[in-house]
Amino acid sequence: MREVISLAHGNGGKLTQELIKDIFLPCFDNPLLAPLTDSAVFEINGTKLAFTTDSYVIRPLFFPGGDIGKLSVSGTINDLAVMGAKPIFISCGLIIEEGLSLLTLKKIIRSIEKTARYAGVSVAAGDTKVVEKGSADGIFINTSGIGIVPPGINLSFERIETGDYIIVNGTVGDHSVAVLSKREELGFEKSVSSDCAPLYELVEKLKPYWESIKFMRDPTRGGLAGVFNEVVQGRGFGIELWERSIPFQEETIVICELLGIDPLYLANEGKILFFVERERAKDVLRALHTHSLGKKASIIGEVVAEPAGRVYLRTNIGTKRVLDMLIEDQLPRIC
Amino acid sequence: MKYISEFRDHKLVGRITHRISRIAKGVGKQIRLMEVCGTHTMAILRYGIKELIPPNIKLVSGPGCPVCVTPTQYIDRACAYAHKGFLIATFGDMMRVPGSEGSLVEEKSKGRKVRVVYSAMDALKLAKSFPEEKVILLGIGFETTAPTIAASISVAKEEGIGNFMVLCGHKLIPPAMKALMESGEVRINGFLCPGHVSTIIGSRAYEFLARDYDIPCVVTGFEPLDILQGVNLLISQIYQGEAKVENEYARVVTLKGNPAARGLLKKVFRVSDSQWRGMGIIKDSGFSIAKDYSRYDVQTRYPVEVIPSREKEGCRCGEVLRGLIEPRECALFRNPCNPSNPFGPCMVSIEGACNIHYRFGHKGKL
Repeated sequence: MREVISLAHGNGGKLTQELIKDIFLPCFDNPLLAPLTDSAVFEINGTKLAFTTDSYVIRPLFFPGGDIGKLSVSGTINDLAVMGAKPIFISCGLIIEEGLSLLTLKKIIRSIEKTARYAGVSVAAGDTKVVEKGSADGIFINTSGIGIVPPGINLSFERIETGDYIIVNGTVGDHSVAVLSKREELGFEKSVSSDCAPLYELVEKLKPYWESIKFMRDPTRGGLAGVFNEVVQGRGFGIELWERSIPFQEETIVICELLGIDPLYLANEGKILFFVERERAKDVLRALHTHSLGKKASIIGEVVAEPAGRVYLRTNIGTKRVLDMLIEDQLPRIC
Repeated sequence: MKYISEFRDHKLVGRITHRISRIAKGVGKQIRLMEVCGTHTMAILRYGIKELIPPNIKLVSGPGCPVCVTPTQYIDRACAYAHKGFLIATFGDMMRVPGSEGSLVEEKSKGRKVRVVYSAMDALKLAKSFPEEKVILLGIGFETTAPTIAASISVAKEEGIGNFMVLCGHKLIPPAMKALMESGEVRINGFLCPGHVSTIIGSRAYEFLARDYDIPCVVTGFEPLDILQGVNLLISQIYQGEAKVENEYARVVTLKGNPAARGLLKKVFRVSDSQWRGMGIIKDSGFSIAKDYSRYDVQTRYPVEVIPSREKEGCRCGEVLRGLIEPRECALFRNPCNPSNPFGPCMVSIEGACNIHYRFGHKGKL
C-alpha cells in the first residue's frame, strides 16, 4: 500500500476499496457496515430503517443542472432510495471557507431547502464550522440521512443470479461531463447538464415490481463499470453489457471522445442500476418510461455465467472488451 | 457525417473483415504490421480489432507513445525543478510516470507545486495569473503537440510573459521509424502510420520508408473502420508486392500536412539528437528550443543537477516500444506491474501498450 493518501484514494475505484478493506473495515468491524451497501439497514421495534452519510467536495460549486446544495441532498436520498428506503430526515453539516460570500451561501442553502422539500424530507439537524481561507474550497457539505424501508423490499447482492437483466433509468455520464466542462471552462457550444436529482419517487413507482427487483445501486464515483465490478467480485457470475443499448446523450459521447475519457467510468448523480428478474424486466422498463426521470430507461445488459468475476462490453461492432475496475482517476472532485 | 456512428457501422465492418480474410489467405505467410501510434494501439484493443482479423496477421505496437519514450532522466529533471519550488504544469499522463526517486504525483502529494493542464495555452494562462511563480510546462509530445507548445512560447515572447518556461522533450516520429528499420531487430511488413502526427507532417513524410526500405505505409484514422481499412490496404500492397504510401485518413490528412504549423516549429525549435527510452539516442529525432527563445528554455535559464537516472529493475518497456515483445511477455506484467503500481511508463500512459493491454486485454478467454 502507498504511504500517503493521493487523490486516487477518493475516486471510488481500486484504491478506495483498498483503503476500506485495509483500514476502515478492520477498525469499524460490525455487521451493519460490513456489507458495504449504500446505506446500513437495521430493525428497531419491528421497523426496518436505513441510515447513510456522504460528503460533498465538488468543484465548482455551481454547474449546469445543479449545485453542491442540490447534490448534497440528492446524493444522500439516493443512497437511501437504492436500499428501498423512503427518506424522512437528513442532517446537514457545513464546513465553510473564510471569505465565501453570504450570497453564495444563501443560494446553496436555498437549493438544499428546495431539493429537500421536493423530496419530502426535513433537515432535522445541522452544524456549521468555518475554516481559514485556503483550508476548504468554498464549502464542503456532509449530509446523513434516515429512511424507512417498507415491507415488500428484498434487496441484496446474494439475490443476483445468472439471467437477470440490468436496467438503467436514463443517459450515462452527464454529471461528470457537465462538471468538468464548467470546471475547466472548456467552452463547448452545446452544454451538457448534470442529471443530479433525488430518485426515491422512481423507486416508489416500481412498487408493483419490488419483489422482482433484486438489487439497486446508484453509479456515482467509479461509474457503471465500478458498480458492476463490485457486484461480480468473488461471485460465480459475470456481467455482459451491450454498448448499443446504453443510453447516452450525443453531446456527452462527443465530449468524452474529444477528451479521451470513458463514460462508463464517469459519475452519475441521477441514475440507478436495477438488477431485475429477467421475466419482469420489460414491465419494469415500461413503468420507468412513464416517469420523467425514467423516460430514457433501457435494458443494458445481463448477468452471465461465464466469465465469472468479470465485466465485459459487447461493442457496437460485435467484439468484446473487458471493463475492469477503475485504477487511477479520470476526474477528481466530481461529487 | 457522423464519424462516431458511421465509422463503427457493424455491417461495413463485416464486409471489410471478409475482404481482409480473403487477401490474408492469398498472402499465406505470417504478416506483421506495426501500428506506430499509441492511440492506434488503444483503438485496436478498445474495439477488439484483433478478434476480427485472421490469425496470420499480427499487429505489433510501436514507439508512438510520447510519455513512454520519454527517458527517466526527464522525469527526474521535472521532479528536481518541483523540489526547487518551480510550478510544474503538465499533461495528465506524465503525473504518474516513475522517476528514479518518485513521480510527479508523489511530489504533489508532498506539497510541491504540480498542476495538470489540458493545453499549452492553459499553462501560459497559469503563468500570467500567477506572475510570482516560475512556471514550467513539460513539453512532451510528437509533431501533433509540439506546434501548440511552440505557439505558447511564441506568445510568451510577444507578451513578455517572463515567468513561463518549457522543459522541452518533444520527439519526431519518422526518425524513430527509420531507426526501427535500420536496427533490423524486428520484422515489420507494413506500417499503420500515425493519424494526427500526419496532419502536421503530411503523408509524404513517410515516402522515404517505402522508397528506401521497401515497406508499405498507410496513414490511418482511429475509428474501427479506419483501422480495418488501413490493414486492408496494407495487406493488399503486400499481396501485390508493392510498397507505397497511401492515405486512408484523407478526411483529415493531406499530402503536405500543415505548413503553418511546421513554420511555427521551425521558428521556435531546432532539430536535435534526442534520447528515446528503450532506443537510445536517435539522430535528429527531437526538438530543442532555438536560441532566440532561450529565455523560455528552463534548462538554459535555470540549469539543474539531476541524479544519475535508473529504471526499475526488470522493466522491459524498451523492448515493448521497439515491438520486440508484447506486454504479456514481460514477467512483471499485471503482477507486480500494473496501473496502481507501475514499473515503467508503458503501464502509466493511457497510450502505453502495457496499460492498454492491462485495461483491455483479458486473462483467459472471454
